[in-house]
Amino acid sequence: MPGPEPSREARRSAGFAAFTVGAAGRLLHTATLLTAEPPDANPAARRLLRLALARTYADWHRLRDDDPYDHARRCLADRFATGLWLRHGVPLRARPPAHGPLAALPPRQRLILVLRLYEGVPADQTAALLGLPLDRVHTLCERAVTAVLHPEPAPVPRGARPRAATP
Amino acid sequence: MNRADREAAVRRLLERDGPAAVPPDTHPVAVRAGERLLRRRRCARRLLWLLLCAAAVAFTVWAAWVHPWTAPPPPATDW
Repeated sequence: MPGPEPSREARRSAGFAAFTVGAAGRLLHTATLLTAEPPDANPAARRLLRLALARTYADWHRLRDDDPYDHARRCLADRFATGLWLRHGVPLRARPPAHGPLAALPPRQRLILVLRLYEGVPADQTAALLGLPLDRVHTLCERAVTAVLHPEPAPVPRGARPRAATP
Repeated sequence: MNRADREAAVRRLLERDGPAAVPPDTHPVAVRAGERLLRRRRCARRLLWLLLCAAAVAFTVWAAWVHPWTAPPPPATDW
């Protein structure tokens, strides 16, 4: 006689554990690219990862045929985008100084570039995810690629600002 | 440099650092947060059902008391 069917909860925790082992590294890299933090000091990216994983865990049984990785990535992008809206980037943009190849980009272009080129999400899905028109996604992605490949020279250094110079 | 080349160059740049080191407590922390989320959702669902039931009971009691389906008595015409 075969053993009893594993319960719903057992299936969730087994499936989620395997998923975390396989996907957390790549998701964390994606998050770190988004927040433009150095890879060894990335609290905001880790927080994004935890939130995305927690939502994936909670939605595990609703996924059915959906790929959990897609779902987690959607949560991550969502969360990053809402963070930009809600707090107007205080925890993300005020963090000194941005690091990595995408440091010079504004957060939304960073998000589009990472989704399109690093994660390979098709342009129409990216547009749907962000609620932008398709041609806007193309434009922003093109602009971001140009900015990454041909970075402009750094603007006025901080110490040279007139406000900083006056006592 | 055409578009595909430029995109490939950016892709290489993005993949340069390789996967980040995942903190070891990621899985248990995510599970705990996920459970909390599930509990909160269950709570919200229960509350909504409770509200719905309360509304249904209140309506039934009111309808049994008032009999809104009976016609109001005709106006008195004794003048």
